Amino acid sequence: MTYAPEIRARLEADAKEIISRYPKPRSALLPLLHLVQSEDGYVSDDGQEFCAELLGISKAEVVGVSTFYTMFRRKPAGEFHVGVCINSLCAIMGGDQIWDELTEHLGTDEATPDGKVSLERIECNAACDFAPVMLVNWEFFDNQTPTSAKQLVDDLRDGKAVSPTRGPARLCTFKEASRVLAGMPDGLAGEGPSAVGPSLEGLKVARKNGWEAPK
Amino acid sequence: MTTLTPVLTKNWDTQGSFTLDGYGGDYAAARKAVGMDPDAIIQAVKDSGLRGRGGAGFPTGMKWGFIPQNDGKPHYLVVNADESEPGTCKDIPLMMANPHSLVEGVIITAYAIRANYAFIYIRGEVLHVIRRVMAAVREAYDKGFIGSGIFGSGYDLEVVVHTGAGAYICGEETALLDSLEGYRGQPRLKPPFPAIAGLYAAPTVINNVESIASVPSIVANGADWFAGMGTEKSKGFGIFSLSGHVTRPGQYEAPLGITLREVLDMAGGVRAGHQLKFWTPGGSSTPIFTAEHLDVPLDFEAVGAAGSMLGTRALQIFDETTCVVRAVLRWTEFYAHESCGKCTPCREGTFWLKQVLKRMEAGQGTEDDIATITDIGDNILGKSFCAFGDGAVSPIHSSVKYFRDEYLKHFEIGGCPFDPAKSTVWGVA
Repeated sequence: MTYAPEIRARLEADAKEIISRYPKPRSALLPLLHLVQSEDGYVSDDGQEFCAELLGISKAEVVGVSTFYTMFRRKPAGEFHVGVCINSLCAIMGGDQIWDELTEHLGTDEATPDGKVSLERIECNAACDFAPVMLVNWEFFDNQTPTSAKQLVDDLRDGKAVSPTRGPARLCTFKEASRVLAGMPDGLAGEGPSAVGPSLEGLKVARKNGWEAPK
Repeated sequence: MTTLTPVLTKNWDTQGSFTLDGYGGDYAAARKAVGMDPDAIIQAVKDSGLRGRGGAGFPTGMKWGFIPQNDGKPHYLVVNADESEPGTCKDIPLMMANPHSLVEGVIITAYAIRANYAFIYIRGEVLHVIRRVMAAVREAYDKGFIGSGIFGSGYDLEVVVHTGAGAYICGEETALLDSLEGYRGQPRLKPPFPAIAGLYAAPTVINNVESIASVPSIVANGADWFAGMGTEKSKGFGIFSLSGHVTRPGQYEAPLGITLREVLDMAGGVRAGHQLKFWTPGGSSTPIFTAEHLDVPLDFEAVGAAGSMLGTRALQIFDETTCVVRAVLRWTEFYAHESCGKCTPCREGTFWLKQVLKRMEAGQGTEDDIATITDIGDNILGKSFCAFGDGAVSPIHSSVKYFRDEYLKHFEIGGCPFDPAKSTVWGVA
């Protein structure tokens, strides 16, 4: 099976634009695999074939790369891909309990049958000062509790509007997010705060005490 | 007493700080730099004493100086924005709130090393940060700060924002290069170093986000200004990221050499009713410290002399409710998961460490297991292909050194002596 002609034409136009950014075409492989995920929700067989063809490399080479990176999925992600940080600090601050309660609540540690939510234990996502941290489609949901985590997935499954802590007002789908990761902006960079909470603690202390860098 | 020195974080509390207007600028430092002799910029960065902010602390200006000139080859600048070291969380908020400091630094650095192409390699799992950096680059293009003949000079520069796909090892500079070339992210043998044969086998500088973002302030204010902060061999300011069991975790930008005691004081101390048990000075790959290290100046030399590494200034704080064996096990599972598989000591060693530690944390180990994990650690340390292996051993050796009794306690009672509920944010004191 291959992509239908109109899908293929659309993907090819995007792919060629992405490839043109790089001095050497193969550098575009990771972005192209994100592009495939924006169409299929995972790195499909067709998608990997497509990457191989456009870059002039073998499919085996593409698969060799896609299987190395955890963000490239062998199975379709849910519309909302939910990650719970279980690296030491987040786990200890409550991430382990969140994971246990969340998977029990959903009755799965993989994906819900309605295709809405898929789950993943994720490693440190560089938001330790907001622990325990969760991500949905790679947007930050900071300072979570077991209750807030369960509410979050319920809202996602019910189609309710959900906003990341540090991100745009509306949460994108997994496929929409993957398109941004492929290097195609969605115009949402201006939404959301500059910085919140812990990101500003040091600055607040400095302002309160009148501390500045030397002139 | 050390006081905070907000430079990179200074505009984070203003609305739209991530836009060109919010950055307050017309890229005056880059404009000035493009009118300078490139070698003079390299010299200024050397004089400033800036050392890499990505963990290793290599002198930034010296790294730039290794790029051969007039060699007829293209040169490349690659920004390592793959921030993934457990505990490290400075580059992500920096790129979220102040991406223009990075983009301006990219222009100055690329010009100094005579590169016409720069790449910003950002880890994939931070969607909004990627949006912000892409938008900042776009704004700079639209203003003519990037592109052909920037600032009316004859200098051309293309900047590409590139997204990773979930692999901690790509923070290792040569693995990052392989990844950027479209391969599995596995480290390369050095030499040749990237300065000679980096991206596409051409001379390449790879710098951390915070290093590059610090450059405009050095060009604007002078090397002496920067060198006036910090300690003798660790100059300037850096973002210290405080996380874990503290009253007000967050980002504290301070001169290098500040102590944990000082940062903790500013942050309201360890969470109420609890005491400091152990902490990392620079992420999970740096040997842990205890309360006896509260007054160690957090610079490259003093932290090294005390038996750890400054790393990325990722201060992860754990109080007395925390089981150190549990923390070390989880870090080890991380290293086992992220080991790229290229070399045997790391691939096999982290796998076996994980197995043995699991048994120990469950209280099913014996004293011999302490010798076993120490031995496995010794067979990884210094024997792996890249620094990843050494990092994986740091929590093992340091926890056995400071908390041997706690390991023994697990065997004595046949289980973990701690209640994990007590160390959660909502746990009862």
